[in-house]
Amino acid sequence: MALDEYQKRDFKIIGTRQPRPDGIDKVTGRALYGADITAPGMLYAAMLRAPHAHANIKSIDTSRAEAMSEVKAVVTAADFVQGLGDDTQDVIDACIARDKVLYDGHGVVAIAATSRAAARRALKLIQVEYEVLPHAVEIDDALAAGAPVIQAGRRGNKVPKGYNDNCTNWCEFGHGDLDAGFAKADKIISRSFRTAATHQGYIEPHACLASMGPDGQGDLWCCTQGQYFVRTLCAEIIGMEESRLRVTSSEIGGGFGGKTTVFIEPIALMLSKKAGRPVKMTMSRDEVFKATGPTVSSVTDVRIGMTRDGRITAGEAFLRYQGGAFPCLTIFPGAQSAFAVYDLSAVRTRAVNVMTNRPRQAAYRAPGAPMAIYAVESVVDELCQEFGLDPLEVRLLNAASKGTKSSYGPTFDDIGLLATLKAAKAHPHYTAPLGPNQGRGLSCGFWFNFGGNTSVSLNVNFDGTIGVTEGNPDIGGSRVSISMMAAEELGVPYDKVRTIVADTNSLGHNDVTDGSRVTFAVGLATIKAARAAIGEMCRRAARVWDIDEDAVIWEDGHAKPAGPNAGSHQPMSLAEIARQSPNTGGPISGHHEVNAEGAGVSFGVHLCDLEVDPETGFTTILRYTVFQDAGRAIHPDFVEGQMQGGAAQGIGWALNEEYIYGKDGRLQNAGFLDYRIPVASDLPKIDTVILEIPNPGHPYGVRGVGETSIVPPLAAISNAVSRTIGVRMQELPMSPPKILAAIKSAGN
Amino acid sequence: MVKVSIWGSLRSATDGMAEVEVKAKNFREVLEALKRDYPGLGPEIDRGVSLAIDGVIIRESWFTPVQADSEVILMPYMQGG
Amino acid sequence: MSKIHVTTRINGDEAEFLCDAEETLLDVLRDHLNLTGAKEGCASGDCGACSVTLNGRLVCSCLVLGAEADGAEIATIEGMASGEKLHVLQQKFLDHAALQCGICTPGILIAAKSLLEKNPDPSETEVRYWLAGNLCRCTGYDKIINAVIDAAAEMRKV
Ligand code: FES
Ligand code: FES
Repeated sequence: MALDEYQKRDFKIIGTRQPRPDGIDKVTGRALYGADITAPGMLYAAMLRAPHAHANIKSIDTSRAEAMSEVKAVVTAADFVQGLGDDTQDVIDACIARDKVLYDGHGVVAIAATSRAAARRALKLIQVEYEVLPHAVEIDDALAAGAPVIQAGRRGNKVPKGYNDNCTNWCEFGHGDLDAGFAKADKIISRSFRTAATHQGYIEPHACLASMGPDGQGDLWCCTQGQYFVRTLCAEIIGMEESRLRVTSSEIGGGFGGKTTVFIEPIALMLSKKAGRPVKMTMSRDEVFKATGPTVSSVTDVRIGMTRDGRITAGEAFLRYQGGAFPCLTIFPGAQSAFAVYDLSAVRTRAVNVMTNRPRQAAYRAPGAPMAIYAVESVVDELCQEFGLDPLEVRLLNAASKGTKSSYGPTFDDIGLLATLKAAKAHPHYTAPLGPNQGRGLSCGFWFNFGGNTSVSLNVNFDGTIGVTEGNPDIGGSRVSISMMAAEELGVPYDKVRTIVADTNSLGHNDVTDGSRVTFAVGLATIKAARAAIGEMCRRAARVWDIDEDAVIWEDGHAKPAGPNAGSHQPMSLAEIARQSPNTGGPISGHHEVNAEGAGVSFGVHLCDLEVDPETGFTTILRYTVFQDAGRAIHPDFVEGQMQGGAAQGIGWALNEEYIYGKDGRLQNAGFLDYRIPVASDLPKIDTVILEIPNPGHPYGVRGVGETSIVPPLAAISNAVSRTIGVRMQELPMSPPKILAAIKSAGN
Repeated sequence: MVKVSIWGSLRSATDGMAEVEVKAKNFREVLEALKRDYPGLGPEIDRGVSLAIDGVIIRESWFTPVQADSEVILMPYMQGG
Repeated sequence: MSKIHVTTRINGDEAEFLCDAEETLLDVLRDHLNLTGAKEGCASGDCGACSVTLNGRLVCSCLVLGAEADGAEIATIEGMASGEKLHVLQQKFLDHAALQCGICTPGILIAAKSLLEKNPDPSETEVRYWLAGNLCRCTGYDKIINAVIDAAAEMRKV
C-alpha cells in the first residue's frame, strides 16, 4: 500500500453528522440481534458446564436425558473430528471439553430440546463423573515449580530454560545498549504491576440460530464481529466446504474483540445436524462470564532510567500474561507496545505467556497493550514526581515522532502524538485547580490499527440512488460512515446512499471487524468502488456525447466534458446517467477488493481528575478528557463515541472490574451484580478532543479510532490516585479496600 | 541485498544476529529468502508473520516492493480486537 | 405440565397467552408474543436491557413472572412511537448519537421515559442516578445523558 493515498481536499459530507441508517430500527426495538429470530420447528439448546477448574472426565451418561421425548439431539466432544490445525482445534476444545475440563464452566454436553424448559430439565438428568485435579488460576501459581500442567505438550520452543511446561509463548523486542542507557540515568526506578482479567462486557450475550439440512447445506445467523471467519472456523470444525455454509451476521450488541471467535456456533450447527431441525442457542450472562474470553491478567516488571531534566535514558519490561488454558499470543502486542509512545535509544521488553485454568482469552480492544502501557506510564509518572517535573513536559520531551525508531522496530512516519500532547497542554483541564484529596493523572496510549482483506460493492440504481454492500458487522456506526464516504466520492447527497451488511455468500471475503479496521479499510474500498463506478459513468457519458472518454471528468456528481477536444456539452448528472444506463450498456456498478495495508498507528492522551475518600478508599472520577488523533473524523459523533466508550471501559478496569476466583479455582463473580461495570452515576462527563493528523495511507486520511481509547485510562487513573494519596499504586483494579490499605501502609 | 531486523526471541535462529541481509525485491521474496538462509525461522514464518516496510506494517501482501535501502523489520502477525 | 392462561394489555392492545409458571415476563414477550425489543442482558435484574413498565411502573421484565401480567397494563419499546412519529426521546437519541450498538437502547428509552413522567426537569445527576440500573458498555453514557436532558427540555415546551 502506497503512502501517497492521501490527498488534501475540501469535504462536503465528511466531518458532518448524518443520521445512521439503522437508527430508527434501534430506537423502536425493531432491530434484530442474535437472539431475536426464530425458525419453523426450532429447537432450543442448552449446555452442561463443568463445576471444576481442572478435572478429568471419567464418564458421561446421557441416557436418561436422551430418553426424554422432548430431547432431539445430544452433542459431546466425541461428535467432532479431532486433529484440526492447532488454532482451530483450540477453538473447539475451548467450547467443549475433550477428556479434560480446563476451567470452571467448560462445556461438557450440549442438548437440543423442544423448549428451553425441557432443555434445562434434560441437563439435570446427565451424569458426569469427574476426577478432580489440582488447578492453577493465578499467574504465579501456574509459573511455580511443580505447578499442575494445564495441557501437556504445549510448551513453546522459544521459551527459555527455567520456565515450566505451562509456558507456551515467549518474545523479546527492543534495541540499543541497555547498560549504557541506564548508566546515563540520574535515577532508576523498578516496580512490579498487576492487572486483573476483565471482560469485554458487551450487553448482548452470544446467540445464534443454526440450521443444517440433510443435503449438507447450512445456514447460520449469529451475533459476531465477522461472519466470514465464523464460516471458515465452523466449516473446518464441522467438516464442510465453505460455500455450503452461509453465515449472516445479526445486529451486534457490542463485541470489543470478544466476538472475534466462536463459542456456541459450531455446537449449535452440530446439534442441528444431528436433530435435523433448526437450533437456537443463547448464552446466559453467567455463561458469558465463565466460558467466553475475558482479557489476559498480567504481572509486569518495569525498570526505567531518567536524567534530572527528564530525559528517559533506558527502559526495560518483563511481562507475564495468562490467557487461560490455551497458548495465547497477546504477549506480542503487549511487549511491542509497552514503550511505543517514547523515543528511546535503549529499550527491551520480554514476555512470557503461561496457561492457567481459566477460559481461553479473547481479544479486548487493543489486546495486550493497556496493561503493558499502564506499567510503563506509572513508572514514568513516579520519575516525574521524583524530580519534581511536569509529567506532560516530560512526555513532550520524550515522545515518539516522525523518524523515531519505535520500541517494536519500525521507524514512525507522520504520527499524532506530539500534537495530541500539545492539545492536552493547551486545554483548560490541565491547569484547572484541584481541591483537597484530589489529584490529576495523565497517560499516553498507543495502538497499531490494522487494515486487512476487504470487499465492497457499489450499485448505481436506475433512479440515481446508490446501494453499497459491505461485509463487516456494524458495531458503532460504520454503515453511516461508509455511506458518507460513498456520497462524498460520488458527489451525491448523503440520503441517496444506503449501505447494508452482506452475508458470506453475497460478497467476497472480509476480515473480522477488529483492529479498528472498518472505517479505514472498508472506507478505502468504498472510495475505490465509487471511483470504479465513476469511471464507468464517464465512459457512458463519453459515448452519449460521442467524444473520447479521456475528455470526460467527474465533478460534483456530474460528468463534464473537459479538455480541448471535448466540445461543449451540458454536464450529465449521476441520476441522468443512471436513468439512461439501460440504453448505454446496462446497469452500472463499481466494486473493489483489497488487502488493505498501511492502517496507520494511533495515539491518545487522557487526563483524569479524581477524588479519593480517605475514610473509605472510594474513588470518584471528577473530570475526564480524551485527546486522540483520528487521522480524519468521518462522522465526529461516532469518533467521540469510540473515545468515550473506550475511556469508560478503561475506568472500569482501573477501579472495579476483575475476575475473582475462589480457592477451589471457581469464578466467584459471574454476574453484573458482582462484576461491576461502570454505570451512569459512576462517571462524569467524558470530554473529547479529536485531532486530525491525516494518515498518508488513506485517501481521506482516516486512522482507526476504536481501540486506542482503552489504553490510557489505566495509568491515568492510577497516577491520579497515587498522587492523591501519596503512595504509588501497583495493582488494578484499585478497589476501595486496596486504596485504603495503601493509605494505611503510608501512614505507618 | 536488503537488511532485515529480527526480533529478539527469533535471534536464536540467526546465530544471534539482530539484522540479516537477504536478496529480495518484495515481501514474499524476503520471507522465502529468510526461510532458505535461516531454516530455524521457518516454523515462525509459516505460522504467520508481518513485515514492517519503511514504517508500514504489511501482513500478507506478497508483492509489496522492497528496496535495497528499505527499512525492513520482521514482526509477529498482528491482530486487533 | 399445565400452562397458565393470562390476559393482559400490551401497548394498549389486548393480548392473551399461555405460559409455564416459571416463565418470566421477558420470556413471554420474546418467545410467545414476538416482542423482541426488550433484550435479555443478564436475566437477573442487573442490566436493565429488559426494562418495560407494568401498570406504569418501571420494572425489569426478567424479574417479573409472565403470570403476574394477568390483568395488567404493559408498555414496551414497540409501543413508544405513535405510528410514524417517534417519541421525543427516540428522536433525541438519534440526534445525539446516544447509541452505538443499540442493544441497551430500548431499555434505556423506557427507563428515561418513566423518569421524565415523574420528573420533567431532572438535573444531570438525577438522570445519571435514575439510569444507573441500565448498563451501556459502548457509549460511556455521555451522549445518552445529553439526549435525555435535551428531550426533557423539548417536552417541557409543549
Ligand atoms: S435482563 Fe433483565 S435486568 Fe438484565
Ligand atoms: S450502545 Fe451498546 S450497550 Fe449501549
